Amino acid sequence: MLKQTLKSALLAAAGAGLLASAAAAQETMRLNGAGATFPQPIYQKWVLEYHNLHQNIEINYQGIGSGGGIRQFTDHTVDFGASDGPMTDAQIQAVNGNVYHMPTVLGAVVPTYNIPGVTAQLKFTGDVLAGIWLGQITKWNDSRLTELNPGVSLPDQDIVVAHRSDGSGTTYIWTDYLSKVSADWAQRVGKGTSVNWPVGLGGQGNPGVANIVKQTPGAIGYVELIYAIQNQIGYGLVRNKAGRYIQASLETTTNAAAGAVAHLDANTDFRISITDADGNDVYPISSFTWLLVPKEMTDMAKARALLEFVWWAVHDGEQYCKDLAYAPLPRRVVQLEEERLKSVTVDGQAVLPRNYRGR
Amino acid sequence: MTDLSATVLEPELAPRSTAEERWRALRTVSRGDVVFRALLTVLALFLPLLLLLIAVELVSQAMPAVHKFGLSFLTTSVWDPVRGEFGALPLIFGTLYSSLVALVIAVPLALACAVFLTEFAPKWLRTPVATMIELLAAVPSVIYGLWGIFVLIPLLRDHIWPVLRPVLGHVPIFSGVFYGPSVLAAGVILAVMIVPYIAAVSREVLLAVPSSQREAGLALGATRWETVWGVVLPYGRTGIIGAVILGLGRALGETMAVQMVIGNRHEVAASLLQPGYTIAAAIASEFSEAVSDMHLSALFLVGAVLFVITVIVNALARLLVWQVARGSAVGSTAI
Repeated sequence: MLKQTLKSALLAAAGAGLLASAAAAQETMRLNGAGATFPQPIYQKWVLEYHNLHQNIEINYQGIGSGGGIRQFTDHTVDFGASDGPMTDAQIQAVNGNVYHMPTVLGAVVPTYNIPGVTAQLKFTGDVLAGIWLGQITKWNDSRLTELNPGVSLPDQDIVVAHRSDGSGTTYIWTDYLSKVSADWAQRVGKGTSVNWPVGLGGQGNPGVANIVKQTPGAIGYVELIYAIQNQIGYGLVRNKAGRYIQASLETTTNAAAGAVAHLDANTDFRISITDADGNDVYPISSFTWLLVPKEMTDMAKARALLEFVWWAVHDGEQYCKDLAYAPLPRRVVQLEEERLKSVTVDGQAVLPRNYRGR
Repeated sequence: MTDLSATVLEPELAPRSTAEERWRALRTVSRGDVVFRALLTVLALFLPLLLLLIAVELVSQAMPAVHKFGLSFLTTSVWDPVRGEFGALPLIFGTLYSSLVALVIAVPLALACAVFLTEFAPKWLRTPVATMIELLAAVPSVIYGLWGIFVLIPLLRDHIWPVLRPVLGHVPIFSGVFYGPSVLAAGVILAVMIVPYIAAVSREVLLAVPSSQREAGLALGATRWETVWGVVLPYGRTGIIGAVILGLGRALGETMAVQMVIGNRHEVAASLLQPGYTIAAAIASEFSEAVSDMHLSALFLVGAVLFVITVIVNALARLLVWQVARGSAVGSTAI
């Protein structure tokens, strides 16, 4: 009896060993990435879905912030980085130019406000927004605001400005836009993930800013479109370059990218700002978020796995954008990225074949 | 008598063992001690070593900022990551200011609590109240932050300040428009957070005051209140100062709750109603997205400054305790 069980146990063990060796033949490939927190929900969705499709690929993405992502990418402690703001020329020099910026999805930033007694959706121009954040427009009934919003009775109330206290890609997009539309802003403040704010209260993260706005009568702040949609926060219309007042949405954000890349040549490094973009139905405060991928790698198997994942992400992966409220890339950008992915090399040899069409 | 002790000791001292043999026996016993002692020494040295490593790491990472800004880092107010200019005066000021506000509110509250619990409260009330105060210390600071945003700030802004404005509006430290997130809000939150520490330690200190001291006070005809004020508190002042410093140390380093209510503005404003910033809050806010090396280095440098402030506060506390301890021998006999 005992012998019998022992025998079957041994058999089972042998069987398990066989299975294990079969799995080992299809070796597990691990990829590590780190960076931006803004696209983290969709990156995690991608990682999960991709693992379901290809069990032998395990990707680990940590949302540690764009700054940390660029630093870890530079230190080669991760296989790919991610950032909401493009690397600067100096940072690219630090990696000897060995980086491609790969746009993955798009984000937009919207102005949100809390004026007691006002429920109408307000209209803003870049000029007025810059004036508010510079502390030059201090009352809600300032003529520059009432002119834009003729039907709305704006009260004689102080404007309380809210901004992000933490460094953030959202701030980068916001200040990049203000720098484009206001020479005064560009000169006095400039753009960056954190800046020297002329006025205002700082809140931690989108929730921090949204809370200041919600809790303070007369407050105005800026939050990510996704955050506003998911939390049903109302936001204002912003006038675009074509002179139309646009409500931010996934479509108008994607349009911004399409407008901006329409006259891009094929050799672009994708480090382009798409704020204040051309086009009719374009929301002007939008931006790419990027994956940072080395141009030249050393490990063929790893390079292949990484490129295949990025390829899948910008093609099939984009279908998850809608559910998670990210704006998908326009077709033209994906085409340009295909070329870029095919030009990545290991020891001078292209990793993906010329006729690669996805796995 | 001497005879008896001799007979008792005789069997132990008498054996043929020489002094040398006994020495050897002692040494064999202490071998285990040697190992144990070495182990403890290593473990004990590990902590100061850790402190040293933290200091070294902070300073080495801060070096680029030290070279670029020098002492002006401590005296300038511009914090501009875009242009790479950093001055930490608002952070240092905000850290000290908010902690000071917290102490001004918390110390009387906590002392009153401790005195009530040890001297005046009925017995059945003492333990439940003491336990509840200590429970305050177990509340995570992010909860205090949320409470600050949703309860304290609206309360201060919409109900308390409108009442006080006619009286306090002319005082410089209450000037300006009050939007909510402010040094005042941070100070109040910090006060609530450090009260349990100061109260709990002070209570222990007062409990340790011998009842003979109280009896002596009462016997001299002092009222209960006079006894507390003139005898019990002076007797325990060393410990009470220790308790206050413990609270201060906690207030200086508190991060999350402060960051949520102080308004996070790099600006030196004397008015309590204006937003400010603290060192710990700024590091927590900006560290993860500090893209440029100089920004990162400036954050390390300001961290080192906080480190130094904490060391200075602790050293001052030690000095104060020594000073008071020397005086209290005289002081306790004063009454």
